[in-house]
Amino acid sequence: MEIHVVYYLIVSTIMLFAGIYGFFTRKNLLAVLISVELILNATNINFAVFNRYLFPDVFEGHFFALFGIGIAAAETAVAIAIIINIYRNIRNIQTDNIDEMKG
Amino acid sequence: MNYSQFLDMTPEVSLIVLILIVFFYDLFTEGKERRGFHTLTCILLGIHTVLNIFPGQDRELFGGMYQAYAMTDIVKTILSIGTLLVFLQAKNWLRRDDTRHKEGEFYILTLCTLLGMNFMMSAGNFLMFFIGLELASIPMACLAAFDKYKHESAEAGAKYIMNAMFSTGLMLYGISFIYGTVGTLYFNDIPTALEGTPMQILAMVFFFAGLGFKISLVPFHLWTADTYQGAPTAVTSYLSVISKGAAAFTLMVILTKVFAPMVENWQLLLYVVIVITITLANLFALKQDNLKRFMAFSSISQAGYIMLAVISGNAQGMTSLVFYVLVYIAANLGAFGVINVIEQKAGKIEMNDYNGLYQSNPKLSFLLTLALFSLAGIPPFAGFFSKFFIFAAAFSEGFYLLVFIALVNTIISLYYYLRIVKAMYIIPNDKPIAYFSSDCSTKISLAICTAGILALGIISAVYDGLNLYAFGM
Repeated sequence: MEIHVVYYLIVSTIMLFAGIYGFFTRKNLLAVLISVELILNATNINFAVFNRYLFPDVFEGHFFALFGIGIAAAETAVAIAIIINIYRNIRNIQTDNIDEMKG
Repeated sequence: MNYSQFLDMTPEVSLIVLILIVFFYDLFTEGKERRGFHTLTCILLGIHTVLNIFPGQDRELFGGMYQAYAMTDIVKTILSIGTLLVFLQAKNWLRRDDTRHKEGEFYILTLCTLLGMNFMMSAGNFLMFFIGLELASIPMACLAAFDKYKHESAEAGAKYIMNAMFSTGLMLYGISFIYGTVGTLYFNDIPTALEGTPMQILAMVFFFAGLGFKISLVPFHLWTADTYQGAPTAVTSYLSVISKGAAAFTLMVILTKVFAPMVENWQLLLYVVIVITITLANLFALKQDNLKRFMAFSSISQAGYIMLAVISGNAQGMTSLVFYVLVYIAANLGAFGVINVIEQKAGKIEMNDYNGLYQSNPKLSFLLTLALFSLAGIPPFAGFFSKFFIFAAAFSEGFYLLVFIALVNTIISLYYYLRIVKAMYIIPNDKPIAYFSSDCSTKISLAICTAGILALGIISAVYDGLNLYAFGM
């Protein structure tokens, strides 16, 4: 049985908004990072689904999803390195404590 | 595959060669040999700039993945000149004990972001554009967190990368909808299939978030002040001009080329964003006391002015955008050069510290005054002409009210730019920052910036020359 394309989009939209919600409400930097990953993965689902269902002749969407995964990994690596640096400086990674600069 | 195509993308190829040379020099030298590292990098970057100074033909390589126009080549040259100025100003900071061993990393990371911006500007496909954007923003986070032992620097890096990832995610979501409705990612094929359906409008707004973050337009500006304040000053100056200029040019090219059928939609979007950006940034800039933070809000409002060129969407707008970026590089790097050298020599960054600077360092205060006058748009400095051309471009497309709002905001901005001038010249201070003489490379960069501020507006050949290559809708 073929699953209709809309159901995939519902899943990806839920992931997108869960990610946005988490990005704004989470207090731990790693949790914020995970929320952002949710957003990026939602886009990858979109690309793969659109390619598979709507334009199956060319693999543009699949390639975009692949590159998206790779670049998201690079970004995560840099983000975690910076989070570790913050941990070394102030011994925790709660966003409430990263408020040195204000105004 | 035709490998000779690589030779047609000269700016990128020579930049890659430059990065490799710097990388191997960094790897295989130690001790005294590294004394000439800074000079070598600056000379090599200068050679790279001179090699690409003449714009090439309009060309399309790799099946449309890479599209370069003569204007793109000009912008690339302008940005590499700006990078050279940043390198010259960074010498003081790179010679400090805690950064000396990381000198090579700074050059490589900065040049990598420049390479990313080059690819982003000449992308002909959303995949290429995305990779270029990320190549420009990931090393930038490393640069913002470069002062490893300073808490502010790590904080700046974290705020930058988190916001960058978030806005990238939104942008990709938008691009995925464009792909879903159109079925292609090539810039050449998209406009024929765009109809302005609600889904495509949604996609366009999401897409706008990604570049709006890089240009720090208002709904996406929250990272700007903190990152600018926390990052090392050399990195801040790079972020505020080069990254912003590249992203603004890319936004204009994509909006006019790819989203041309939806012109009414994105003009409405930009209209709202410009009004909020300029007004809000000016109001926030009024109450800042930290100079780097102040420059952050000033650069947000300048970004709003740059968008006035984008909203017109015609060839005149493109000329005025590139001219504005050129003048902005001269003026902003002039201001940041002075702030940087004072921070390195005296360790002071608050506005109160500048009280009475004129008594001890008359030359530096004069240069900073010139730069601030140019940023505020006071004639006869270049900033006045660049603002004038921007307003003229928006005016030609009938945005009368918008130009009026921008003009009112220019007057507000005079107040806070002149606050610094007042601190330096008028407010008395018994113990101003002691006299110091700045080093040779800072002097060279400040001289170039001052020459730019004084000459660019008066020599009309610059604007006319840019006008020859401009294109619009």
